[in-house]
Amino acid sequence: MSVVEKYLRVNKMPHIWCPGCGNGIVLGAFIRAIDKLGYSKEETVVVSGIGCSSRASGYLDFNTLHTTHGRALAFATGIKVTRPELKVFVIMGDGDATAIGGNHFIHAARRNIDITAIVFNNSIYGMTGGQYSPLTPPGSKATTAPYGTLEKPFNIPELAKAAGATYVARGTSYHAKMLSDLIYKGAQNKGFSMIEAITQCPISFGRRNKMGSGADMLKWQKDISITVKAAGKLPPEKLEGKLIIGEIYNSEAPEFTEQYAELVERISPKRGEG
Amino acid sequence: MSEDKKTQIFIKKEWCKSCGICFAFCPKEVLQPDELGKAVVVHPDKCIGCKICELHCPDFVITVEKEENNENGQEKASSR
Repeated sequence: MSVVEKYLRVNKMPHIWCPGCGNGIVLGAFIRAIDKLGYSKEETVVVSGIGCSSRASGYLDFNTLHTTHGRALAFATGIKVTRPELKVFVIMGDGDATAIGGNHFIHAARRNIDITAIVFNNSIYGMTGGQYSPLTPPGSKATTAPYGTLEKPFNIPELAKAAGATYVARGTSYHAKMLSDLIYKGAQNKGFSMIEAITQCPISFGRRNKMGSGADMLKWQKDISITVKAAGKLPPEKLEGKLIIGEIYNSEAPEFTEQYAELVERISPKRGEG
Repeated sequence: MSEDKKTQIFIKKEWCKSCGICFAFCPKEVLQPDELGKAVVVHPDKCIGCKICELHCPDFVITVEKEENNENGQEKASSR
């Protein structure tokens, strides 16, 4: 049995994701990271919202919760605050995390609560028919942008960093091994970790933008990616249109559930006192 | 491929969706599509055990296991 199968609900396989979809690759990277971390199924919680990527919670054999659209982080916050000993992971899509769940996203980062969020960024709302999301690259076609979208997308690593996240990284489904390592490291960070996983949607995004098959889109990821280290040596004009991958930000800050426990300790009446 | 490191490739064909990622990225053309576009191992001896196919299969179809011969010539599956 493969390492991935150990953590899958195999009776739910094959999954519903389209042929060539990168979500399975990201899910595989996530599972390999958990296996390397050695977390048991009992202590691990995976929370997801709504969308293609959020189906992942149904396929994983941990404690899983499939919640409402955009609210995965809110549910995860509740779990982490009441049971701080659990390892809480959140799987969201780009639309889920940054459009309807945008507020939950920035506030979870602001609190620096010890949750690891993995944002599957496929640039589109795939499940509902290919509407553009806040992460759709400008100029790309979508069902709601037949002449190409005019809007500037979020740079979510920068957004998470500015909001207060203490570990921020970006990987791609092409760089699957690196993505797994980034999730591994992010999970160990005591605080809010955000890992953006660029994944390909050949059906709802790629086809409309003439990007070819899943394999072609993986090659495209390879071509546009540049590591943080290599990007640091280049002038900004050469980074135009490039995707910076790797560990983008890592720092330390007080963690929410620890602060909360300290507060409870401080204000609770001591034994023997009134 | 040296004799002391053999690989075994397992394909779970019923989960395969014929996306073609594995044979597009296999550096040694070990995998090829069958008439339905599903992955089949055609040159198992050429496999270098890079696991690109396993890591990039979106449908968890492929598992590559390395077998290492120890000095006594006994085959032993490496820990993964």
